[in-house]
Amino acid sequence: MSFVERHIGTDGVAQLAMLDAVGYDSVEALVEAAVPRSIAQGVIEQSTIPAAIGEREALAELRALAAKNHVRRSMIGLGYYDTFTPAVIKRNVLENPSWYTAYTPYQPEISQGRLEALINFQTMVADLTGLATANASMLDEGTAVVEGMLLARRASGAKTNVFLVDADALPQTKALLVNRAEAVGIQLVETAFDGDLPEAFGAFVQYPGASGRVWNPAEAIAAVKAAGGLAVVAADLLALTLLASPGELGADVAVGTTQRFGVPMGFGGPHAGYMAVRKGLERQLPGRLVGVSQDASGQPAYRLSLQAREQHIRREKATSNICTAQVLLAVMASMYAVYHGPGGLKRIAQQVHGHARALAAGLQSAELELASPAFFDTLTVRVPGRASAVVSAALEHDVLVWQVDDDTVSVALDETTTADDVRTVAQAFSAEPGEAPRGESALPEDLRRTSDYLTHPVFNTHRSETSMMRYLKYLADKDYALDRGMIPLGSCTMKLNAATEMEAVTWPEFASLHPFAPASDTEGYLELIEQLSAWLAEVTGYDSVSLQPNAGSQGELAGLLAIRGYHRSRGDEQRVVCLIPQSAHGTNAASAVLAGMRVVVVATDENGNVDLDDLHAKIAEHGDTLAALMITYPSTHGVYEHEVRTICDAVHAAGGQVYVDGANLNALLGYARFGDFGGDVSHLNLHKTFCIPHGGGGPGVGPVAAKAHLAPWLPGHPLQQRDVVVGRSAEELPAHANVVSAAPYGSPSILPISWAYVRMMGSEGLKQATGAAVLAANYVAARLREHYPVLYAGDNGLVAHECILDLRPLKAETGITVDDVAKRLIDYGFHAPTMSFPVAGTLMVEPTESEDLAEIDRFIDAMIAIRQEADAVARGEWPADDNPLVNAPHTAESVIAGEWAHAYPREVAVYPVRSLVRSKYWPPVRRIDQAYGDRNLMCACPPLEAFA
Amino acid sequence: MAELHYTKDHEWVSIDGQVATVGITQFAADQLGDIVYVDLPAAGSAVASGTVVGEVESTKSVGELFAPVDGTVVESNDAVVSTPELVNSDPQGEGWLIKVEFTELPELLTEEQYKELIA
Repeated sequence: MSFVERHIGTDGVAQLAMLDAVGYDSVEALVEAAVPRSIAQGVIEQSTIPAAIGEREALAELRALAAKNHVRRSMIGLGYYDTFTPAVIKRNVLENPSWYTAYTPYQPEISQGRLEALINFQTMVADLTGLATANASMLDEGTAVVEGMLLARRASGAKTNVFLVDADALPQTKALLVNRAEAVGIQLVETAFDGDLPEAFGAFVQYPGASGRVWNPAEAIAAVKAAGGLAVVAADLLALTLLASPGELGADVAVGTTQRFGVPMGFGGPHAGYMAVRKGLERQLPGRLVGVSQDASGQPAYRLSLQAREQHIRREKATSNICTAQVLLAVMASMYAVYHGPGGLKRIAQQVHGHARALAAGLQSAELELASPAFFDTLTVRVPGRASAVVSAALEHDVLVWQVDDDTVSVALDETTTADDVRTVAQAFSAEPGEAPRGESALPEDLRRTSDYLTHPVFNTHRSETSMMRYLKYLADKDYALDRGMIPLGSCTMKLNAATEMEAVTWPEFASLHPFAPASDTEGYLELIEQLSAWLAEVTGYDSVSLQPNAGSQGELAGLLAIRGYHRSRGDEQRVVCLIPQSAHGTNAASAVLAGMRVVVVATDENGNVDLDDLHAKIAEHGDTLAALMITYPSTHGVYEHEVRTICDAVHAAGGQVYVDGANLNALLGYARFGDFGGDVSHLNLHKTFCIPHGGGGPGVGPVAAKAHLAPWLPGHPLQQRDVVVGRSAEELPAHANVVSAAPYGSPSILPISWAYVRMMGSEGLKQATGAAVLAANYVAARLREHYPVLYAGDNGLVAHECILDLRPLKAETGITVDDVAKRLIDYGFHAPTMSFPVAGTLMVEPTESEDLAEIDRFIDAMIAIRQEADAVARGEWPADDNPLVNAPHTAESVIAGEWAHAYPREVAVYPVRSLVRSKYWPPVRRIDQAYGDRNLMCACPPLEAFA
Repeated sequence: MAELHYTKDHEWVSIDGQVATVGITQFAADQLGDIVYVDLPAAGSAVASGTVVGEVESTKSVGELFAPVDGTVVESNDAVVSTPELVNSDPQGEGWLIKVEFTELPELLTEEQYKELIA
């Protein structure tokens, strides 16, 4: 069988049966009827996408690309360190579909495993940083610093737009701050914190500094706070096992990365960034926050807390545009701490520090000057005129050190550094390692850590590999991921993440490269990135692609910043109005604000389409201040909007640019292209359309694709090996290089997944996948329509790749809510569809092309059975407050404990369908009280007694 | 007996002399669902009619509190800040939000007009 046949769940026979239910003769006829003729894709004469190959052949090609990467011992540092990923974590988390195919834990009852892992992560970060509350991870360190800056501006009462930046900050962080501050009117002032400080709403301190210098910022922090500002400290978590925590030094916010806690460098990502805040700032946190609440039995249960802060609810007033975390990587980092425990982490830190001291002693014996006598793991060494010679000498021994300038070299040691490595590096400086007596330290006396951390039992229990393996299994068993069944989440495209696609992620040639390694060591990666960029440009009808944005939200922001840059380059500074349809995802609005734009909402009509009259009125009203329209295609209502070309033309005629949100691209590939029907720029979600797994809530990859006229403003990077964005020269780039992520190519180690998908599908396979996805959605709509109204449809009454089931009539007739149905689906062995987006009281179902007909039918049958249960409630057969729906989901304990006093039998509770007797997902908790968790916020590991 | 008025922003306004007590209506509380957090202006702050002066947040939504009159906040309800569920259980009583001293009363909705609005 071909890979295409493995990827698409429905075969020819199944598709014929489905077509019959929908009323079409062929998939081609169905899609042609659904997609408006005016946007149908033409023939691509010279495709860059080669014909599909099989799984074995694709792996061989990936091996060939891998062979062009050269892995050396990296001592570059700058926020990225080599690390040993414990094999038990690599095999049981990173390479385990129970973890990587799960979705964001919006349905907490079926996500308790990863929620527990995330609360471990939050506890780890809060403990090490000495702050009250940590979130469930950030995209990377650089963007976390930006978020810290924005948080400081929200929370500070200071009436200034000045933000102070540590002169000894990481170069990529500085570039990110410059790019992001400009758009929102923040003025950055760089300082060494050595004199009087200007008035500022906040300050950013790198601790230890990028040069490796360890200094005590407590006084500077106090001065900033005394003037009404907030202190944001980026801290290295491994260093914090030995150093006083940011909290103890007075910081309001701590940020950073957890990469060196067992997550491979991967040429830049993905890794989990972090953010922690002092008490009182919880509600200002961006991103996901896991908290403890209780279930219907009063048992502790985890859930996402304070969601009303986030963009999907608060839209342009959200704390951030970020709508994802880096869950898979945060789980890995937290498990690294669980596995090593506080003592183990401290020993690792001491070992690293010991090697650094040995190297320092040797260099000083050779009369070399260190930039700072106090350091943790990084030395900056003065070698007047010899820097490049030292770098070359190290390179000859396969060691990478960092050339700061002609006269300065820095060396960063890590967990994997050996005494031999220290010798090799010392010799590159024409020195020998010195003595580093045990028990001594190059950390200042006043900064040595005395406070405890990681005292919770979870960090002090799982020392043996047996125990660790079983803890990971225990957690994974609590969760519902694609390895159990369908996850029909509308707008999320939970398709197959094929094992072959995943293979290369952990190969050392892809996993072990530093993001700032020399270009010559990374040719395989650069080739893969260029190929994938070209393929993505072709399938979307654009000219240029940047793969840097490491989430869809960042892709949006990058695209809007490109529009901003374009308008300003033409002298149109006044073009700041961003039109966004009412039905848009909240992230659109939040991103627009961060791109310095003003959101104006365009109404949608009763069919869910953009209201053309209102659009024309808004365009006229805003005249030459119109910057852009953001539109999702197919629409967030899951239909191919007929007038999309008219809409794009109207915006262009008024001098605006069209941003097409690529969230629903899975309904379009091979049939229509954004760039052809009027899009100027889009972001794609490789974690939706192109098979990167959701990882339980991240990583994501959100490339930004654009027409040539916007190419100069797409993300590049000050430290990139090569500018791979077509249509511009690197010389054109400003110093900050339009950077939106910490690493030049975002999260490269997961790009082989999407590369393999396109390579094994070919253009024809991608088109077949679209057809199968559209057929599956229309089949679901056709079969469920008589039980639940399908809210919107496009041409010929057809939906695109998803359909919205209206449950409001059900509620009116039976009192059963969308929540009840979602939770009851758990009893039937399903993950609920998307709830109440884009319309409250509805479910949005996206079956994707990867599910087979049996699974789709099992879902439809469950939905019909639930409808019948609701009708029984309406008829009075079961009381409104005691029926299988309002009591869902049912745990094993809830049906066996004590007397059964409910109005329906136990079998109906847990085995509503006979097949469940053989194969049943048992939720570990009953329905979770959402309000209790928000009213009694607790975001760290609860004491074990809580579970008694 | 104080007279009760309403606004199109789903607030009730009870007038007693020159002081308006303000809260959200039962309808608004029901629409928001479980209220988990209330942010109110401090006593002494000046407020302008029609501007956002606070927030009422539920697990799934955020409602803004608009000042129905120009004036000065004389008291905000600490009880709802510490126990936000009061806004659900008794929105037009114990779940009141702020008291504002005003000089001029703008045109507000009568109970009948408000009922029509939410019908």
